[in-house]
Amino acid sequence: MKIEILGTGCVKCKKTKENIEKVLKETGVEAEVLKVEDFETIMKYGVMVTPAVVIDGEVKLAGKVPDEKEIRKWIN
Amino acid sequence: MADIFYPLQWIADKLTYEVFGITPTTHLAASVNFIIYDVLKIVILLAVMIFAISYLRTYITPEKTRKVLGGKTGLRYHLIASLIGTVSPFCSCSSVPLFIGFVEAGVPLGVTFSFLITSPLVNEAAVAVLWATLGLKATVIYVVSGIVLGVFGGYVIGVLKLERYVEEFVYKIKVGKQANEQESITIKERTDLALESVKDIVGRVWIYVIIGVTIGGIFHGYAPEGILEKYAGKDNLLAVPIAVLIGVPLYSNVMGMIPIVESLIGKGLPIGTSLAFLMSVTAVSLPEMIILRKVLKKELIAIFVSIVALSIVFTGYLFNILL
Repeated sequence: MKIEILGTGCVKCKKTKENIEKVLKETGVEAEVLKVEDFETIMKYGVMVTPAVVIDGEVKLAGKVPDEKEIRKWIN
Repeated sequence: MADIFYPLQWIADKLTYEVFGITPTTHLAASVNFIIYDVLKIVILLAVMIFAISYLRTYITPEKTRKVLGGKTGLRYHLIASLIGTVSPFCSCSSVPLFIGFVEAGVPLGVTFSFLITSPLVNEAAVAVLWATLGLKATVIYVVSGIVLGVFGGYVIGVLKLERYVEEFVYKIKVGKQANEQESITIKERTDLALESVKDIVGRVWIYVIIGVTIGGIFHGYAPEGILEKYAGKDNLLAVPIAVLIGVPLYSNVMGMIPIVESLIGKGLPIGTSLAFLMSVTAVSLPEMIILRKVLKKELIAIFVSIVALSIVFTGYLFNILL
């Protein structure tokens, strides 16, 4: 599984990454976590509000930090 | 105005004079009373305002905004852009993707700027804190000025035809299909989102509020009456531009800044000068300019900051004369 976090390094993006890594660790799910900061890629996904989470090429969420419950739902 | 908040004053009085046992006429009592009353009032208004606006906001998506404004020129669309800006979520980290998204949808540069100017200037958290500290009248003035500023600033940028000062790559980017378009979300989901924003924003700003109110409270209790009237009153024509020059590079802790300004007003700082200062703090900030530099050339940023700063100075003078 490939998880991309879109955003240009604001506090919320960092928090998003932390939450995702925490859930991955707890559930033992293997995934590649990438931070995407270049605008071209962000815009390609049609995302205009960051942070956003893309899992295997699909935008799951944009504009807010996901909570652990949401992340669990996506990765299972 | 005082009536609905009367219970809070009662609590503040009880705590200050009875629970803490501070003698009412002292400087310390004035400070402590001010701090308790302000913090209570600000937090309550913050929660209510954020909830209401966040709920409303679940109906406004960037995708819808792009559709409404795409290819439209005319003062009316500057006003619409500016109004959408007042209720839009705005984190300076989203300004670039939003900017590119607008340009790609064919939203004219000037209309995009009307949005970009008003969006940080008028936001529900600032409005709540303003209302709690400076009262309804000053808040209405601030909001209306913020909208007019966005319409005017964006209009001027549109008239000047500054498209060539947008970085070329912006025009080449193709925005993908918005995969996350929330179509039919339920009332419960909207309520949950709104509650989440309340938690998120209050969780982030409470510390600034308390710091701001404490500094304001100390100033309120200890600074001599009328001290600012003497040095930065209406007769001092330099006061407004200086306030704006200080405010422009300052960043983000406007939630803390407002209670400080409240105490400055109490000591005679004119309301126009105060509002001009607060507007310049929220409207433009150094970090935001650095982020926008990725899509805008230096010239456009300079023009943008100058137009906004000059308009704010004008607004400050205007309200110093009118009020």
